[in-house]
Amino acid sequence: MDQLRTGLSPQALPQERDTSLADAAGAMQAARERRGQVVVLGCFSLAVIGVVLSIMLGPLEIGAFDVIRIGLGAIGLETTGDLTRVQIGVVESIRAPRALLGMLAGAALGGAGAAMQGFFRNPLADPGLIGVSAGGAVAAVAVIVLGSVSLAGFTAALGTFALPIAAFLGSLTSVVIIYSLSIVEGRVVVATMLLAGVAINALAFSGIGYLTFLADDTQLRDLTFWTLGSLGGATWSRVLPAALGMSIAIVMLLSLMRPLNALLLGEDDASALGVDVERAKRTAAIGTALGVGAATAACGIVVFIGLVVPHLVRLITGPDHRYVLPGSCCLGASLVLFADIVARIAVTPAELPLGVVTSAIGAPFFFWLLLRDKKRSVLG
Amino acid sequence: MSLELKNASVVRAGKAILDQATLTCEPGRFIAFCGPNGAGKTTALSLLSGALRPDQGDALMEGASIRSWKPLELAQRRAVVAQSSPLSFPFHVHEVVEMGRTPWSGITGRRRNSEIVAAAMAEMELTELGARNYLTLSGGERQRVNIARVLAQLWDTSAEQGQRWLLLDEPTAALDLRHQISLLALLRRLAQQGWGVVAVLHDLHLVYEHADDVVLFRDGQVFASGGARDVLSPEAVQRVYRLEAPYALAV
Repeated sequence: MDQLRTGLSPQALPQERDTSLADAAGAMQAARERRGQVVVLGCFSLAVIGVVLSIMLGPLEIGAFDVIRIGLGAIGLETTGDLTRVQIGVVESIRAPRALLGMLAGAALGGAGAAMQGFFRNPLADPGLIGVSAGGAVAAVAVIVLGSVSLAGFTAALGTFALPIAAFLGSLTSVVIIYSLSIVEGRVVVATMLLAGVAINALAFSGIGYLTFLADDTQLRDLTFWTLGSLGGATWSRVLPAALGMSIAIVMLLSLMRPLNALLLGEDDASALGVDVERAKRTAAIGTALGVGAATAACGIVVFIGLVVPHLVRLITGPDHRYVLPGSCCLGASLVLFADIVARIAVTPAELPLGVVTSAIGAPFFFWLLLRDKKRSVLG
Repeated sequence: MSLELKNASVVRAGKAILDQATLTCEPGRFIAFCGPNGAGKTTALSLLSGALRPDQGDALMEGASIRSWKPLELAQRRAVVAQSSPLSFPFHVHEVVEMGRTPWSGITGRRRNSEIVAAAMAEMELTELGARNYLTLSGGERQRVNIARVLAQLWDTSAEQGQRWLLLDEPTAALDLRHQISLLALLRRLAQQGWGVVAVLHDLHLVYEHADDVVLFRDGQVFASGGARDVLSPEAVQRVYRLEAPYALAV
């Protein structure tokens, strides 16, 4: 009792107090922190390997060292005189934009998945499931099909940014609708959230269906491939505007590491802890819409990344967003890059849609999650 | 240096769930909010914590409207235990307690943080549960974790940094008898050390035994307030709870 009384006095804990408890708590905390840091670093390395492999592999094979040398050569640090112009050309204008797109799209989707799951305080909130991707997709398809007709003014004014901006607005609309429907008196009604996602997805896909019906033959080829997700259309002019959006989104999402942890306690408790809840919610909504919208604009609907990746990271690090958010960005990038490599080499010389590969990985994983949670009855 | 409501009203669906309530909570006292269900206790507490804004009137801390306080300054001197917590992610117990240190990130060192987290867990008899998944705990254990979290939040606030306020909504609801008694004894001890302690409580016997002051609510209004033993007279308890006969709390 005496010990407790001194502990709670304003003079704080005296030095001579038995510190074994603090040591134990500190050690426990340090162990989880170390594990979190190792996971983030591991995922980051995996993403770097993914980028290099993605540039190396293809009909024209390029060695790992040559990839690095061309990279250094591009910024003037290395001479690449002994490499053929074809090799350099393939890397610079085909594979580099593709790898950059894969990396950023994966990071944005993974980070957005982690942020949405924290924001809705539920591990099932995936941008794909709740219609954020589909909202972006329908807006982007509208720009592709109607860009030279009824939306001519919009595309003329924004140029290459028209597609990502439209997709961002579409995704943002989905986020706002889901939020206003599923939050009742400060509490998330999970069933409403998922069902609202079903409704938004249905609505968006009927819109996409109608626009597909309106499309001409050349647009149609574009659309079918694009609705299944692909990095195939990666050219610098298409990648750069989206890359800007995704990069801003990733920075916004990473700023949520601490606020999201507090937000998991509920909005009232988070604001009692001094967190600016409204600002955190705004950042999460806009960051997610921008990241998912820009990714969708550049490579179509790539499903399951936002669901699978944060789960995998959380399995090892625990739910602390200081590790889940950066870990999800890095693992998302790796997963998209490796899935794209599989999509490219599985049926050469043709190419599988990326979305087909991520679904083939993601859907069984989702089943496994459900089975495991059924046994444990507690997520985690 | 007080926490006050001035003519505060909250209207929901055309009905005043709190009607022109005026009350003053002084630090150094353990104050219990009592009254029947739906009498406005929780609403009054939410106004004092700043979670809710009054439709009329105002809630003041140290003479200034709660609204005018910066969220971080407020978080460094006032902590809130809600009736329930919606946490649905598998955090370890020590991580939940550590979240109480959120307002102090970048201010308190790592070592000191660990000491505070450990001490707050020890205070709530949670040391053994440190590495347990929060979601596997019972309701009472979760409640103790959340109380440890708010203790950690205010643990180090010095007198120069401000008056400490602890606001709790039915903190004993899920606790067993022993933990109820030891929590109320702790709240009393904190008040003796100068903290302001305000708790919504239902067990009048425990309140009678431990609280310094009582505010009795009825139908959204403050029915009576003052020293616990004066306010909780058999006649007042009868009238507030609409009992058939006077109800004596004194043993």
